[in-house]
Amino acid sequence: MNEIRLLSTSAILGYGFPEASLKAGMARAPHVIGVDGGSVDPGPYYLGAGKPFCSIMAIRRDLRLMLHAAIEAGIPMLIGTCGGSGGAPHLELTAQLVREIAREDGLHFRMALIDAEPPRDGLVAQAAAGRIRPLAGLPALAATTIEKATRIVAMMGPEPFIEALDNGAQVVLAGRASDPAPWVAACTRAGLPPAPAWYAGKMLECGATPSIPKGHDCLMVTVREDHVDCEPMNPIRRCTPLSIANHSLHENSSPIHHIEPGGMLDTSDCRFDALSDRAVRISGMRWNPASQYTVKLEGVELAGHRAICVCGTRDPILIGRIDVFIEEVRGIVRDKSAAFGVTPDRYTLGFRVYGHDGVMGAREPNRTATPHELGFVIEVVGDTPEIAMAVLGIARTNMLHTDFPGRLCREGNMAFPFSPSDIEAGAVYRFSVYHVAELDDPQAFFPIRYEAL
Amino acid sequence: MALIRDIARVCKSKNAGPFELTVDVVFDDPALYRRVKSTGVLCAALFARLYDVRADAVLFTAYDAASAFKATFPRLLPSGEVGDTDVYGCQQHAPLLDVDIPLEEDRAA
Repeated sequence: MNEIRLLSTSAILGYGFPEASLKAGMARAPHVIGVDGGSVDPGPYYLGAGKPFCSIMAIRRDLRLMLHAAIEAGIPMLIGTCGGSGGAPHLELTAQLVREIAREDGLHFRMALIDAEPPRDGLVAQAAAGRIRPLAGLPALAATTIEKATRIVAMMGPEPFIEALDNGAQVVLAGRASDPAPWVAACTRAGLPPAPAWYAGKMLECGATPSIPKGHDCLMVTVREDHVDCEPMNPIRRCTPLSIANHSLHENSSPIHHIEPGGMLDTSDCRFDALSDRAVRISGMRWNPASQYTVKLEGVELAGHRAICVCGTRDPILIGRIDVFIEEVRGIVRDKSAAFGVTPDRYTLGFRVYGHDGVMGAREPNRTATPHELGFVIEVVGDTPEIAMAVLGIARTNMLHTDFPGRLCREGNMAFPFSPSDIEAGAVYRFSVYHVAELDDPQAFFPIRYEAL
Repeated sequence: MALIRDIARVCKSKNAGPFELTVDVVFDDPALYRRVKSTGVLCAALFARLYDVRADAVLFTAYDAASAFKATFPRLLPSGEVGDTDVYGCQQHAPLLDVDIPLEEDRAA
């Protein structure tokens, strides 16, 4: 029976994995090794700033172990959404690390780099032709939104990976990709059908996350014609029907209809059967090809510059009237900032009150609890970093000193854990593009470059 | 009567993309899942009430194969937007923990 064994090392490149799990996985003679390089989940900053959300030190460690394993075994290594967000700078920083490791360790292989930042003029033309649709209730994609975006990436399907592998690349680094895409490419090249291939990809994209206890670790998935077998490589973890069922819900809007480039994975009639106390077989998945190939677009634009201050109060008299107090501080900040020329339209001032509704905001149902202490993050997002720090300085001093009825703590209202108390938090981005683009050629947005190392 | 926190094996929230939140409740006993499902308590209207969204903005699915319920609806603010409180959307599940499911007493007992 045709089968392919796929080894995913972790949930994200740079999250780490035990070396022993990698060795155990390699002992099973996988056909492909890989890891997901990123996610949109850490928010818009990383796509906008062109920076990874894992440290270079952590990424280098994972990459080095994986490169040695792949090259020594003579198998491909595939990484999608490199550098966290899969933009051009993210792909380049990952490629640079691979080049450094190859040079330092004397490793030689052919590398493919797949870009995922489509040209802006092409997107504008495509939007004008009505071939870009909004997701999640967003407006239609306007040319001004495209032009204003700091960065826009498109999420590739398996096709560019297939071409890179067909052209002899052993290491494939890709920009933004659908998480399962590299794994689907490997299955497709092995002659396996799309339904188990996409399902396998959904399990592999998070490493050993579909196992218990949850941890960043290696997962082996064996794909055959009509089923997928999952098993974690660390003996302390187990895949169970519950752990797989739980993961099948991960980050999707529907648990049964998974829209992907080129089709929809239908998991309505899946079965989860334990093969042992630590391995699970999933069967019954279906693939419905789409009449039109589509890829998702993600883009962000600059929203301002942030400065924050962390503080807290243990004063029950203040806690009892904190809402009124904060409104008074807001008024003082407005007046004092205007006095040095910064009007309210130049900044947004926020008070996050931990112990009250800091986690759920307006959706917090428990409004009556009286905590013994409250934590605050005072936040200013301003047009410039200077404005953010100036307004934050006024907000901080007035959180500290503003009077309130019944006040006994005449020296100050707030405990500050840090000096300096005010922290520049850098540029703030917001998601402005979350759309799908119709493509006649699945590789149109994703040019491939090759390097011999 | 039984609280979700006492009978479910998973109760979690997470982003489903930057603009939506998805909440999952998973059971490890298909029979218990079917009993919970038959009460009809877990439904789009429940999530609409708990999260202050319109019921027609909630995509609710009972996923029999996984003994799971899933509800997906708009986030209060997009992930990472100025004012967002939970970039990953992973701490929005608590209101569900105390939902009471009117299970009949175990007739087999």
